[in-house]
Amino acid sequence: MVTTTTAPVRAEPSTPGAGRKKKPRLPRSKLPYLLLLPAIALELLVHVIPMVVGVWMSLLELTQFQIRNWSAAPFAGLDNYRATLDINGPVGEELLHSFWVTVLYTTFSVGLSWLFGLFAGVFLQRPFPGRSLLRTLFLTPYALPVYAAVITWTFIYQRDTGLLNELLTTTGLADDRPFWLIGGNSFWALLVVSVWRSWPFAFLCIMAGLQNVPTEMYEAAAIDGAGFWRRLKDVTLPMLRPVNQVLILVLFLWTFNDFNTPFVLFGGSAPEQADLISIHIYRSSFITWNFGQGSAMSVALLLFLLLVTAAYLLVTNRRREHA
Amino acid sequence: MTAAAVMLAASITACGDDSDSGSGGGAKTLTYWASNQGASIDFDKQTLQPELDKFEQQTGIKVNVEVVPWSDLLNRLLAAATSGKGPDVVNIGNTWSASLQATGAFVPFDDATLNSVGGKDRFVPAALAAAGAPGQPPTAVPLYSLAYALYYNKKMFADAGVTAPPTTWEELIEVGKKLTKGQQWGLAVEGANPSENAHHAFAFGQQWGGEWFDASGKPTFDTPQNVAAVKRYIDFMAVDKIVNPSNAEYAQNQSVADFANGKAAMLLWQAAGNAFKAQGMAADAYGVAPVPFPATAPAGGKKVNSMVAGINIAVFKHTKDKDAALQFVKFMTSDAEQVQLNKTYGSLPSVTTVASDAAFQAEEQKVLAQVLATSAAPLPQVAEESKFETLVGTAMKELFADAASGKPVTEQAIKEKLSNAQQQMGS
Repeated sequence: MVTTTTAPVRAEPSTPGAGRKKKPRLPRSKLPYLLLLPAIALELLVHVIPMVVGVWMSLLELTQFQIRNWSAAPFAGLDNYRATLDINGPVGEELLHSFWVTVLYTTFSVGLSWLFGLFAGVFLQRPFPGRSLLRTLFLTPYALPVYAAVITWTFIYQRDTGLLNELLTTTGLADDRPFWLIGGNSFWALLVVSVWRSWPFAFLCIMAGLQNVPTEMYEAAAIDGAGFWRRLKDVTLPMLRPVNQVLILVLFLWTFNDFNTPFVLFGGSAPEQADLISIHIYRSSFITWNFGQGSAMSVALLLFLLLVTAAYLLVTNRRREHA
Repeated sequence: MTAAAVMLAASITACGDDSDSGSGGGAKTLTYWASNQGASIDFDKQTLQPELDKFEQQTGIKVNVEVVPWSDLLNRLLAAATSGKGPDVVNIGNTWSASLQATGAFVPFDDATLNSVGGKDRFVPAALAAAGAPGQPPTAVPLYSLAYALYYNKKMFADAGVTAPPTTWEELIEVGKKLTKGQQWGLAVEGANPSENAHHAFAFGQQWGGEWFDASGKPTFDTPQNVAAVKRYIDFMAVDKIVNPSNAEYAQNQSVADFANGKAAMLLWQAAGNAFKAQGMAADAYGVAPVPFPATAPAGGKKVNSMVAGINIAVFKHTKDKDAALQFVKFMTSDAEQVQLNKTYGSLPSVTTVASDAAFQAEEQKVLAQVLATSAAPLPQVAEESKFETLVGTAMKELFADAASGKPVTEQAIKEKLSNAQQQMGS
């Protein structure tokens, strides 16, 4: 970051013949920091301060009794964390359940989104008539406002009047109308919406990454007799590694924290089979008015995500160095 | 993290509102958050604006109204309570009374404050009792009153040869079985709506001799009485089969729509007439009766068939002009406004003085008024009430999901769910 900002500044004085008067200016070495200042201020305001406040709240016994003057709420120490992480207690048990649901959901969603994105990207790499139309079509779910898009899915999933059951029964694929928004199917219903929403982003990134793969490499591979799978394995995937590294991490973080999709689909109380952790925390803090506990859950979640991210970056970077 | 971010965001936006809620030099201005009572937010704005203009003419106090949807109201109230910034006067659902009272963010209606809005005796006693914890001055005064009743389709009843609405659950099941055929079901329920479920859990619980909290405010969810009460309600779908299994996923008033569109013959709902009208059902197509009781009262069972439902009006302590805010409360609970607004919304007046007005003599209003006067009880007025609604209501949602997919809903399964909910109350 710093090097890129300084480069043009250093270059400026050497451009000849501008004939302007020299104004008094900051020492060149300080300028980058000055330019970074607004970003740092915003970062503090938008991320760091709420985070610190959140951690502080997680140490308080904060319910509706203290909400009006919450900074004066009694100090709870680690009690909130104890209840949150005690997997034999009712709070921890449910949290652990929704943690596993979220892990499963994230694994499937990220995996499928990436696969769809990869194949769509590869097939749309070569020009053919109708390619731009297909591209636009593929990107539509990504461009739609979340709320409107997911609300439409709730109509599709209705048991009696929904499009999905209408299709299933008229084509004879199901004799009985299954439930999609309650019970075991709700997990798969949620997953479909999630993949539908996030694969276009994977597609977009992979398409951009493929632009950087020189066509000569494919030509050379073809001459050597490499088929589709061989080219994918030995040319495309290695060349996409930097893109994939970021893409999968971003998809993982977004999906793990996804709140909008389950909230619009199920409202404030999701079925237990699809009780994602974000909804669970929302319910713990806002509906049952236990803000200290909700904050403790959030902090625990944040720590988990940080840990996973750090491990992931460590592993992927090491692999790249070895490669 | 989410909590912190939302609160920070709320306090920032609330600062923005601040400028127009203060009492400037000359003209006074109040901000009022109204709950959504009519068929739409726009309908409410159009209903309230002429009344607010009237108030401005009378007092010179301008009121800026914002109609807040129910799904946002509690969070917005919390944000305003936390930040000490926000509106001056608000509507609250009366089941939240004790919970919101515990925040200490609202002006308590002690005797002096009550006198300034017309006196304690003006208000319907049951409605005032549902405005805060017992032994404390109410946190709000009642504005619109509602109660649960049994709505039934007259034509379907006549076609099946049923001459009178059921007065016992046994009769209701019998009638329901007669009316369940083809695409038509005996009864519609809102199975995936936790609040709706919890309201029924309360009324059924009272009839079966159960209490959800003991005298000291501790939860007593998994008593045999409560288990029996919840089982009775779920069994309409699970055992009696008079409820369409699809109702297990209803959370957006689809059961009201089903009743209005002739897909179900009976519905237990609070003041539903307006909603039926919005769905195109004529007022003479349905009848209204009190919610039934068990034929033989279980031991300890009470003669309660509805909660005291309603909407209250409260004043934030942070208001810059308490007098103007109380003047507005007095105006909204005045005889003329009570008749005007409750007539429009199909609810009942919260003051005793206008009960005999012609606007409240229709069959529906008469039944609701009678229920409120004789057989309704407020939901437990404890600070933990909103938690009870979520936890027990959600447990029932899961039980309905089981019933809908054909899983047997045993007493053991219900007891487990209720015990689990109760344990979470302690946290």
